[in-house]
Amino acid sequence: MANNNNAPITGDYVTINIGPSHPAMHGTLRVVCKTDGETIVEAIPEIGYLHRGVEKLGENLTYHQFIPITDRLNYCSAIANNVAYEKAVEKLLGIEIPDKAKLIRVIMKELARIADHQVCVGILGVDLGAFTPFFYLIIQREEIYDIFEWYNGARLTNTFGRIGGVNADLPEIFHTKWPKLKDTIRKANDETDKLLTHNRIWMDRTIGVNPFSPEDALEYGFTGPCLRATGVKRDLRKDEPYYFYDKFDFEVPVGKHGDVFDRYYVRLMEMEQSIRIIDQAYAMYKELPPDAPLMAKVPKIIKPPEGEIYSAIESPNGELGFFIKSDGTDKPYRIKIRPPCYMVYQAFPELVKGEMIADTIACLSSLNIIAGELDR
Amino acid sequence: MGLKEKVQDLLGNDILDIVEYRGDLTIEVPKSKNVKILKALKEAEGLQFDFLVDIVGVDNSALYEKKKAKKKKPKGDEEAEEKEPVEEGPPPPRFEVIYLLLALSTNERLRVKIRVSEDDLEVDSITGLWRGANWPEREVYDMFGIRFKGHPNLKRLLMWEGFPAHPLRKDYPLEGQGEQRDFDDCRFF
Repeated sequence: MANNNNAPITGDYVTINIGPSHPAMHGTLRVVCKTDGETIVEAIPEIGYLHRGVEKLGENLTYHQFIPITDRLNYCSAIANNVAYEKAVEKLLGIEIPDKAKLIRVIMKELARIADHQVCVGILGVDLGAFTPFFYLIIQREEIYDIFEWYNGARLTNTFGRIGGVNADLPEIFHTKWPKLKDTIRKANDETDKLLTHNRIWMDRTIGVNPFSPEDALEYGFTGPCLRATGVKRDLRKDEPYYFYDKFDFEVPVGKHGDVFDRYYVRLMEMEQSIRIIDQAYAMYKELPPDAPLMAKVPKIIKPPEGEIYSAIESPNGELGFFIKSDGTDKPYRIKIRPPCYMVYQAFPELVKGEMIADTIACLSSLNIIAGELDR
Repeated sequence: MGLKEKVQDLLGNDILDIVEYRGDLTIEVPKSKNVKILKALKEAEGLQFDFLVDIVGVDNSALYEKKKAKKKKPKGDEEAEEKEPVEEGPPPPRFEVIYLLLALSTNERLRVKIRVSEDDLEVDSITGLWRGANWPEREVYDMFGIRFKGHPNLKRLLMWEGFPAHPLRKDYPLEGQGEQRDFDDCRFF
């Protein structure tokens, strides 16, 4: 066929734009792919479509007012963000929170981790055509959200805790619900495992897709399940223990190849470990007297002394850090959020190079890229 | 030997300032030597800060202004004026770029700070040391206008190309400057 000049084909490649508003993309993400047939030659992610200037807002709000803003970072596990931010401000102020508050934070944070992983695994299934496990997991997530709702009335944007502790004791529903809930969560995970892990189609679609080496992953700043899937045993709960994580008995599951399957399986295994942590934390919690304090002594107007700190926790996605610089006033001078999937997503062009277009979607879900956290 | 001594041993005179606050160690180094020093820290025996956590930009202009205003206030109080020597000379550099480092083997953390003045907004890129420095450097460029020499693709990251300002600078208003109104596509009616 004669090539007339108005055909916009360069070489033999076709450029395809996916997103920013596309049913297969998670939130407002955009990827521009250069494709050769169905194989991706080059993919360029474009971010910033959900940029709300969270860091700029933080400079203009007081320390307490910023807590609800952190809900909107990783909206699948808002509690982890709240805890990360509160822990950073407490470090800046130099205060130690009471034991009971620590345990409540651990319990709620691990519940949030389970909910986050359930969404991630469920959506990964949906993206690859397996719809059933999604329902098994989402029903259990709804039960977890029930506990959150009884805690302070919100399902997703929890605004959990205050600077210096937590505002309320565990809800009554937790004590009655948890013994049954952990079994149903285990059952749902087991069913997901049975439906997916040894499923021929699932194995073909995930094993060996987008593998990543541990050296590359560390150079790119991977943390969390995506790093552990490559075989690096790194978990801030073990390596830099905070709260009571050094007293709990739990394991850090690691993968081998860093492919989609390993990322899926690490997340599935982590849920079981979270249940173990909650059980141990709950046992410790029950030993404390019911009138034990929930808040440390914190001044009404928080004015930390001049200085700067960095504090990080292991959020469901990886290392979630807050850098805060204080100038001695009631507002932070500078807040920098270090979201885990920001560092993961910049390796995306390398991950999907040479793969099929359909695999980019699997890759994206298995990395658990959350636009709210990515763009801030 | 603590971390502080080890770092002092390795870098010697290159350290302009060393601060320990709430268990976090921050060192300040000359801007021109940032790549050399980060490479030394990455490869040094016994330290091995081999993981780049993040790169943070800070605009200190509001802080300096506040300090200046504070100094002026107690003018009637002669004692206070005597205590603080009047600083003469060029103003301190406006921006800071802070590299957050982590040693994976020992779990130690270190912050390396360089100061960037407003008339020389160019810093050597460290993408040669860590490929993961790509987006953090782009973000610092986007938000503060600090250019990184040797960066493979120094474009805006969160704001769109052609955005006229650097939004995290302290002189940029919180409400914005009405940039979004310039979108042609948004004018439907």
